[in-house]
Amino acid sequence: MTYPEWLDLNAVWFVLVGVLFTGYALLDGFDLGVGALHLFSRTDEQRRIMLNSIGPVWDGNEVWLVTGGGALFAAFPNVYATVFSGFYLAFVLLLVALIFRAVAIEFRSKQPMTWWRRMWDVGFAAGSLTSALLIGVAMGNIAWGVPIDDRGEFAGTFIGLLHPYALLLGVTTVALFMMHGAIYLVMKTEGELQNLARGWVNRAMIFFIICYAVTTMATLLYVPHMAERVRANPWLFSVALVNMLAIANIPREIHHGHDLRAFLSSCTAMIALMALFGLEMFPNLVLSNPVRANSLTIYNAASSPKTLGIMLTIAITGVPVVLAYTASIYWIFRGKVRLDKMSY
Amino acid sequence: MDVLLLSRLQFAFTVAFHYLYPPLSIGLGVSLVVMEGLWLKTGNPVYHQMARFWTRVFALTFAIGVATGIVMEFEFGTNWASYSRFVGDVFGSALAAEGIFAFFLESGFLAILLFGWDKVGRKLHYFATWMVCLGAHFSAVWIVVANSWQQTPAGYRIEQTANGPRAVITDFWQMVFNPSSLDRLSHTLCGAWQAGAFLVISVSAFYLLRRRHETFAKASMKVGLGVALVASVLQIVTGHSSAVGVAENQPAKLAAFEGRYTTRDHAPLSLAGWIDEQQEDFAFNVEVPGMLSWLVHGNTAGVVRGLEEFKPEDRPPVNASFQFFHLMVAVGFGLLGLAGLGSWFCWRGTLFQHRWLLWLLVFAVLGPQLANQAGWFAAEVGRQPWIVYGELRTSDGLSAVVTSNLVLTSLVLFTVVYVLLFAVFAYLLNDKIHHGPDETDLIPSGALADHRRADA
Ligand code: HDD
Ligand code: HEM
Ligand code: HEM
Repeated sequence: MTYPEWLDLNAVWFVLVGVLFTGYALLDGFDLGVGALHLFSRTDEQRRIMLNSIGPVWDGNEVWLVTGGGALFAAFPNVYATVFSGFYLAFVLLLVALIFRAVAIEFRSKQPMTWWRRMWDVGFAAGSLTSALLIGVAMGNIAWGVPIDDRGEFAGTFIGLLHPYALLLGVTTVALFMMHGAIYLVMKTEGELQNLARGWVNRAMIFFIICYAVTTMATLLYVPHMAERVRANPWLFSVALVNMLAIANIPREIHHGHDLRAFLSSCTAMIALMALFGLEMFPNLVLSNPVRANSLTIYNAASSPKTLGIMLTIAITGVPVVLAYTASIYWIFRGKVRLDKMSY
Repeated sequence: MDVLLLSRLQFAFTVAFHYLYPPLSIGLGVSLVVMEGLWLKTGNPVYHQMARFWTRVFALTFAIGVATGIVMEFEFGTNWASYSRFVGDVFGSALAAEGIFAFFLESGFLAILLFGWDKVGRKLHYFATWMVCLGAHFSAVWIVVANSWQQTPAGYRIEQTANGPRAVITDFWQMVFNPSSLDRLSHTLCGAWQAGAFLVISVSAFYLLRRRHETFAKASMKVGLGVALVASVLQIVTGHSSAVGVAENQPAKLAAFEGRYTTRDHAPLSLAGWIDEQQEDFAFNVEVPGMLSWLVHGNTAGVVRGLEEFKPEDRPPVNASFQFFHLMVAVGFGLLGLAGLGSWFCWRGTLFQHRWLLWLLVFAVLGPQLANQAGWFAAEVGRQPWIVYGELRTSDGLSAVVTSNLVLTSLVLFTVVYVLLFAVFAYLLNDKIHHGPDETDLIPSGALADHRRADA
């Protein structure tokens, strides 16, 4: 397929990679949130229900990360290479955390021994928490900017990645995923566990709102370039407004027992956050700090126009099908979780 | 130790560990499609019980396959950043296609395959089984295409950029159908079918020896032997075809596989041997005269190129390539023999009396694993010193900013985690096998039980 001249394929892929990572945040976000809350539940049965609430879907959700990574590799190989090799240790830790999360879900309920289940419970919670934290820290560094030399290589250190702003974004991400996961649990559970989850929603929301306020202040004070575009185009403030309204709407929907609507509100808030992030970053993919000229952008880090075109064709044919059957699968597994013979 | 060596070690270790599981997932996927299909066709509850039991084993291999696969996808960027910059334009699209066409399909329908037994009707469930199986095959397609491109690049040109040269795609279909794609894909898939089938065979043989779950074991054995026989025959055919392709496209690799230093006609085929790389000759060798020329050209007078034509720095490690290659071929013929013998006795109806053969079949599960690993090691070690054949050297593919301490740290971490994973996998697999099929699985439950909802 050939695409018209006026279509900026680089910008299209900026959006598409953004969509893939947003999809990952929305979907695996609640899995990681449920994991982060796992140890707060009280009984073995509650833990099994929590695991089974994400059981059929977490694997498919993780594929958004895999595909996002693949798309980044294909569309912006220089970013993929610089960030993955530059954040080496962080990514290795993320991988180990994701492995523990995955196998803990699969293996926990395969044996009845208390020590066995304890071990995997801790693995599940720690894996989920660490993953969420590291993802946030990575975002924080991308926003803050990292040292990049004139060959496009990362010129910093692992410790350098752990500065306060990045850590703050890491904690905020944990809070966001916890809130999202708690709402998901309210939607998927009933009885005592659901009451417990309602309490978690409230506490996670307070946690998140505090983090969010601090992050916003820190951004305005110390990372002004992440507010430039909105400052220059005040109508873009509507995106920030959508975010806040969506969050404010969550307790209302929970109160009225509209669990699905609460969940959708939370999704909307996350989409707005990612959109803000993308708007402020564009057209940069990785900011170089302090030498701004070395930043990796959608133009200097991209594959050839031909590859971007081929991939767009792949995405246009594949993604609608993926969305269709993903939606059907969520539909088949709708409703409250009940334990049965197939459960974890 | 230097970064290059450590990175190669880490890549070889993590990919070899990953590759213990995909063949099982792909192969068991085929067996599941056959078993559930037989159940729908015959209504015999034993097939339903089989499908359920093997689905649980499948879930186990799949989980570890997924967990270790993500490591692979990230590792190109973490350890081989210069390589990623070089190949991204060409090979990135294959990885992205893998995500969109294969992984979503597998993992999405896996939900129905595993958790949907009582929720959906028979046809929908069978459809999901097919989709999981197809998804696993698709992922093999794309990843093998990517790997084949780095073995025999096609459909690209080299372009200079600020970060050095890179390959840019000129023809997508030429890239996909590069000279080795089809041979290597068909060969890899046969290896995967063998891996799945021999697992089914092995567990069934074990039950038969122990006189447990006999009806179940006999039916499973037949399905397993059927798949194994077909795959083992095709394996020899596709293997031969791969070898002819290697002779044409990667002559230095073929020379290493066969330990040939001199270019000559009537080249002999070595059956077993040991190569002294200093002396550039065999220290020990058993060979069939003229056979290699005949296999490659269909004519004993055909000329086979030797390593003398390549500068020493362009040659792969010879003895290692030779040994991995010969191990694979030897195991390949062994498996064909076992599958043939098993099927023959099964057809005669006497298999279940030959306890020695059943014992052999119990251990045959190791064969495909061994051959799959040896095959990849041969293909990848024989590709050296190139990371992209003829274009980029492995030593130039490294990440510029990663130090040996970092790689050592990650290597140790992955080793610890993987050893733990393997222990848990072995423990749970053993547990499932000893537990055996559930008697309650003889009776379909939930929506599946209801014939009238068959097309729900
Ligand atoms: C011939 C088949 C084959 C080969 C050579 C490889 N894989 Fe693999 N991979 C599969 C066949 C497969 C599979 C059958 O599709 C898996 C294994 C079990 C499973 O659950 O999916 C899988 C899982 C899997 C996943 C997780 C997918 C998910 O979340 O569902 C990733 C990211 C990769 N692989 C990536 C790779 C990379 C980067 C490889 C090369 C270096 C690689 N695989 C070699
Ligand atoms: C199909 C997907 C695969 C791709 C894209 C791939 C790619 C690569 C890359 C980039 C390297 C590192 C550079 C190098 O050392 O040359 C490598 C090395 C290696 N791979 Fe693969 N590989 C694949 C599958 C496998 C499998 C399944 C195995 C084994 C089970 C394997 C075995 C090895 C070994 C042993 C090395 C190290 C070779 C050496 O350094 O001497 N590969 N591969
Ligand atoms: C018995 C006859 C066999 C022959 C003649 C044969 C031939 C070959 C050749 C020539 C290659 C190298 C291809 C390349 O470097 O591009 C290869 C690779 C490989 N073989 Fe075999 N093989 C045989 C049996 C087997 C068996 C039984 C298995 C597994 C069960 C197996 C699994 C593999 C794998 C996984 C690879 C690496 C992927 C590839 O390059 O295709 N082979 N084989």
